Amino acid sequence: MKSSSLVFLAAFVALSASWAGFVLAPQLQLGRAVQTKTIPAGDTYPLARPGLAQQGAEVYRSLGCVYCHSQQVGQQGTRVDVVLLNAGTNADNTLSAIAKVRPDLGKPETFIGLPKTITTVENVTAASSLVKAINDNGGKVEVNIVATGPDIERGWGRRRTVAQDYVFDHVVQPGTRRAGPDLSNVGARFPEIQWQYEHLYAPQVKVTGSTMPPYRFLFEQRRIGKVPSPEALQLTGELAPPPGYEIVPTDKARALVAYLLSLRADAPLFEAPMTPPPSAAPAAPATNSVAAK
Amino acid sequence: MTATSPISPARIDASCRLPLFTLFGGAALWLVLSSVFGIAASLTFHKPTLFADCAIFTYGRAYPAWANLLIYGFAIPSGLGVGLWLLARLGRAEVAKPFLIALGAKFWHIGVLVGVIGILSGDTSGYEWFELPRYAAVILFLSFLLMAIWIFVTYSRRSVTELYPSQWFALAALFWLPWILSTAILLLQVYPVRGVAQVAIAWWFAGNLLNVWLTLAGLAVTLYLLPKLTERPLQSYYLALFVFWTLLVFGAWTGIPFSSPLPAWMSMLSSVATGLVIVPVLALISIVQATTRGARVACGGGPLCYTKFGAWMLLVVTILAALAVCPKVARVTDFTWFAQGQNALRIYGFFAMTMFGAIYHILPRVSGVTLSPSRVKLHFWLAMPGALLLALPLLGGGILQGLKLANADVTFLETVKAAMMPFRLSTLGETLIALGALVFLLNILGTIVSYYRAIAKTAYAEATALQPAEVKS
Repeated sequence: MKSSSLVFLAAFVALSASWAGFVLAPQLQLGRAVQTKTIPAGDTYPLARPGLAQQGAEVYRSLGCVYCHSQQVGQQGTRVDVVLLNAGTNADNTLSAIAKVRPDLGKPETFIGLPKTITTVENVTAASSLVKAINDNGGKVEVNIVATGPDIERGWGRRRTVAQDYVFDHVVQPGTRRAGPDLSNVGARFPEIQWQYEHLYAPQVKVTGSTMPPYRFLFEQRRIGKVPSPEALQLTGELAPPPGYEIVPTDKARALVAYLLSLRADAPLFEAPMTPPPSAAPAAPATNSVAAK
Repeated sequence: MTATSPISPARIDASCRLPLFTLFGGAALWLVLSSVFGIAASLTFHKPTLFADCAIFTYGRAYPAWANLLIYGFAIPSGLGVGLWLLARLGRAEVAKPFLIALGAKFWHIGVLVGVIGILSGDTSGYEWFELPRYAAVILFLSFLLMAIWIFVTYSRRSVTELYPSQWFALAALFWLPWILSTAILLLQVYPVRGVAQVAIAWWFAGNLLNVWLTLAGLAVTLYLLPKLTERPLQSYYLALFVFWTLLVFGAWTGIPFSSPLPAWMSMLSSVATGLVIVPVLALISIVQATTRGARVACGGGPLCYTKFGAWMLLVVTILAALAVCPKVARVTDFTWFAQGQNALRIYGFFAMTMFGAIYHILPRVSGVTLSPSRVKLHFWLAMPGALLLALPLLGGGILQGLKLANADVTFLETVKAAMMPFRLSTLGETLIALGALVFLLNILGTIVSYYRAIAKTAYAEATALQPAEVKS
């Protein structure tokens, strides 16, 4: 290349193409994402975090939690569990109908210990003939979509994390490293406020062998007032404050814990289908909102 | 100035002196500080309670301080300085407004200082490799413009019109950085986009910074120094052209990790591009081999050692990066220390080594002060094993960790512990790098001090020599 204009042209062409691809295109595809409805419940998702939790997100960012904790659950696929609830009034008819479509299940053992998962198939369509056979004979059956993959099996989430989960986050921090566990659903997994405080103050006390550094600078030691603070940490041994003193969270710790408890991304969505577990009562409003505490 | 009398290299070197002293001196200082934070960050994994009461050194602040000092403090200023010298020398033109470039460099260093204080006090932007708070990022951008404008003017005043490959790389680097930096500042900090589009931009920026900018600046040096030091012609010009084009076209699309909450097409595209970057790097290695073959120049711990080592490390890290985006491998290596090992290899193994080589080549020419070869060699024997000892344990530990992470039957704590011993070993590598950086700083400061001392001596000699004459008259 003899002229500098060719050099700049090369650089311009290469960089503008990737700019269009990785800066402009995601903005067009996802930049205007709004709330959506969960499937099948139809709740609005996600809800904005409450104020204290939003302040906590700033604390999370400022302490660089993201360098050890991801906020994205991976998923390798889905499986479909066919759960037989009851066999219907005429179990023999149901059994012979099942035997026609799935000879391997056409055994009396299939009906022992109901409700139970009688088979696992790849997708909902593969289960349809079986479901029809059972339903036609008055049996009751449930088809559950279950996400699979090591992250799910570790209990980090019920489904993979998708773009929709971050709609209300500013400074989206999905993370790229797991020196600590994934936190996408930490609010659902560890909903105890006091547990969270004590874990931040002394991780090794709560999780033996933990490599997490303690964040004692988020707490203050103060003289006990007329009544001890209900938030005071219950510490024993060498961590316990001197008599007459208590260790209480600062505003930053309160905000951070409110944020952690608000982390919950497990609503079933169109792009990340799964069957939610049966809820005893209409529990806390769907996900990514502060857990009711 | 007439075109018929070419400017002597000595005059060009002299015109580079002030900006290069400022850029290199600051770069060396930041490198030392960065490795201090690197050691502090890594010590947290030896003893988690170490910084329990110290917010500044908590891992989540010490680590980004390390990364930002390394990239914005060391890498970009040293790359700019070397690029300026290459453009001036290859174009046979004196530096335009050296004072303004030095001023830009000073502002840049102030920006880095402000940025790191911001990060340490909790004002991080939260985007990996771009943690600088907005006010610091804006200072950096403006001071970069100040430098880049006059570097470009220097280039356009060239008296040799034929372009050498190093000039393409340096120019493209000069063009690349303001574009990606302004995109990141505008769309992440000033008018932030919403939701995961932020993540896409942040990864695009980091990919272009680490995989393209560092490579462009590094290869400008490699393609200049190798033929120069081995006294053989570059083999070949057209291969270099091929490297240039393919690096720009493929490299620009790297950066999005395999596991991400972004639409799958983005990770796929980025993975393919990361794999294809092997093409320019293999071409580069064939240039290195063809150019140095049969050369009878011993490298002896000097600039040639640094440059060759850097080029080979680029090959290694490119192959590792390409492997790590294969879906089967990515399921193991994603979310582990493996990526960190790659970064260490790329920044310390390839880029920093290449820059050290260039700076040790340039400084004596610019200052007229000879560097003691044994101290250059000492730095090499600290930095080279340091880079390997930092990167290899992280890579190995990452694989061990990843194999356990991929198996849900293993408790999470065990996956962390699997990488703990290798990680602790990497602290040793970071320590060697820190010692090497200290030698580097002393080498540069020594050169600058001897230069000014020599000037002072001459001035003093002149002043004292005049006195008898004055007395006589």
